[in-house]
Amino acid sequence: MSEVFYQSITQLAAELEAKKLSAVELMQAVIARTKAVEPRVRAFNSFDESDALAQAAASDTRRAAGQSRGPLDGIPVALKDVIAVKDQPLTASSRILANFVSPYDATVTTRLRDAGAVLWGRCNCDEFAMGSSTENSGFHVTGNPWDVTRVPGGSSGGSAAALAAGEAIATLGSDTGGSVRQPAALCGVVGMKPTYGLVSRYGLIAYASSLDQIGPFGRTVEDTATVLRAIAGHDERDSTSYRATILDYRAELAAHKGPWRLGIPKEYFGEGLDPEIGAAVEQAIAFYKSQGCEIREVSLPHTRYCLDTYYIIATAEASSNLARYDGVRYGHRSKQAKDGVDLSYQSRAEGFGAEVKRRIILGTYVLSSGYYDAYYLRAQKVRTLIRRDFLEAYKDVDALITPTSPVPAFKIGEKSDPLAMYLCDIYTIGVNLAGLPGISVPCGFTKSGLPIGVQLIGQPFQEACLLAIAHAYDRAHDWNTRHPIL
Amino acid sequence: MSQPTDLNIDHVAKLARLALTPEEKATFAQQLGDVLHHIEQLAKLDVTNVEPSAHAFAVENVWADDVPRPGLPVELALKNAPAQRDHMIVVPKVVE
Repeated sequence: MSEVFYQSITQLAAELEAKKLSAVELMQAVIARTKAVEPRVRAFNSFDESDALAQAAASDTRRAAGQSRGPLDGIPVALKDVIAVKDQPLTASSRILANFVSPYDATVTTRLRDAGAVLWGRCNCDEFAMGSSTENSGFHVTGNPWDVTRVPGGSSGGSAAALAAGEAIATLGSDTGGSVRQPAALCGVVGMKPTYGLVSRYGLIAYASSLDQIGPFGRTVEDTATVLRAIAGHDERDSTSYRATILDYRAELAAHKGPWRLGIPKEYFGEGLDPEIGAAVEQAIAFYKSQGCEIREVSLPHTRYCLDTYYIIATAEASSNLARYDGVRYGHRSKQAKDGVDLSYQSRAEGFGAEVKRRIILGTYVLSSGYYDAYYLRAQKVRTLIRRDFLEAYKDVDALITPTSPVPAFKIGEKSDPLAMYLCDIYTIGVNLAGLPGISVPCGFTKSGLPIGVQLIGQPFQEACLLAIAHAYDRAHDWNTRHPIL
Repeated sequence: MSQPTDLNIDHVAKLARLALTPEEKATFAQQLGDVLHHIEQLAKLDVTNVEPSAHAFAVENVWADDVPRPGLPVELALKNAPAQRDHMIVVPKVVE
């Protein structure tokens, strides 16, 4: 059996329930592991040991009184630093929020508390979740646990790295264009983006509101299902929250038995795909075929327009969402301002990093008078076409199977050109534009020992089926029993 | 490399209330020129009679019951304010 900090929620919940392990012992083990590896991984922006240990002690008290709240009670879960936790720092890895302390809990935070989870550290990310490598953090760069000279992916790189390094048992991230699935692939863990509207965005720092969705990272698909069940559900404080039926996704894994019909979008296997990743994904496809699944090629003809559509819509929404950081009510305030209006110009100039400024400029431009129709409105129309492609494909298949990322973890500092970085999201952004659920599952390693992920894309609000398909692969393979040497 | 675009970075930075250094202006103009050049391909697509999507699953007419509920206490709401006095946020003078 592996070390306690590398066990799954399922394993740990059984040990906690049998009183072979206490939540405090588990938290202490995670804290010790964090202190041992954090100087190299740097997954966290902050963590609060005494607060976590107090939560763990409360969990033990509940369990001793026969009032356990279920499989997450006493499990340390770390949150991306864009999700509000009352009285804890909330920075979005931005200098502009360096000293911000959240006055309230996000809905997902409340729901994790209700499930008994121990809320652990604040995970590093690209500033305001804008990036694919976590290098855009205003504070520090996170190392990939499999090779700390490489990036963990992004923007939820800290969440993926913390889990892969044994610094948490599960984590949450947010996914606007692939920001949960891509770092999951690069760090060798499971990461899921639910259907848009399934999980409340209340208390999530907004990047692009029509695309953002909070999603769980887990060691196994089963663990991911356990966390999703806890956080999903309608919330009247998020007006885009959907009244979907929430199931016990972990229990549902057994209820959905294949064989399934899986589609291979031919546009996702072309130029730019690393051959080792292509081969590993082919192996995963072969597995499903061996299980009796029907595999058929499908076409998503507007795939080549996804990247451009995404960068227009996401930056437009970002430029609007980030207008609130003006140095007036909260966040960094410049001391150089000449007057009340200059206060905004200077506070924003001092507080935001380069990628955030670039996206604000692009977003402002595509929304500006004279360009709105040509860029923003046109992109929204192309978004309709992209979404139709997926819905058309789903007439013949239950889910799609693709690579998650075209490349494995790259070196820190390797991609200095913004456009080259944007291409990292080529297989994940269509899912956000269409609002679909997607999951990345570990499916092998490159010859140099870097993790590879396969992406499964499901039908809207069919998380139970998608998780069952992913679980069929995950439980038949042991990729998640391998851990980085740190 | 980048084609000339009509991105007037001074004008856009003003709209965004963002002070940029001359170096940032030069770098962003070049990088965003590349990005905008890439985006040009969208113009080739025929979108006649295609409805725009603002959301993948638009939910409309979302109303809350018109019942007052407690919000954040003033002290908590002002906890992160850079400067405050008598339950108000202090800002530099905006009118002469």
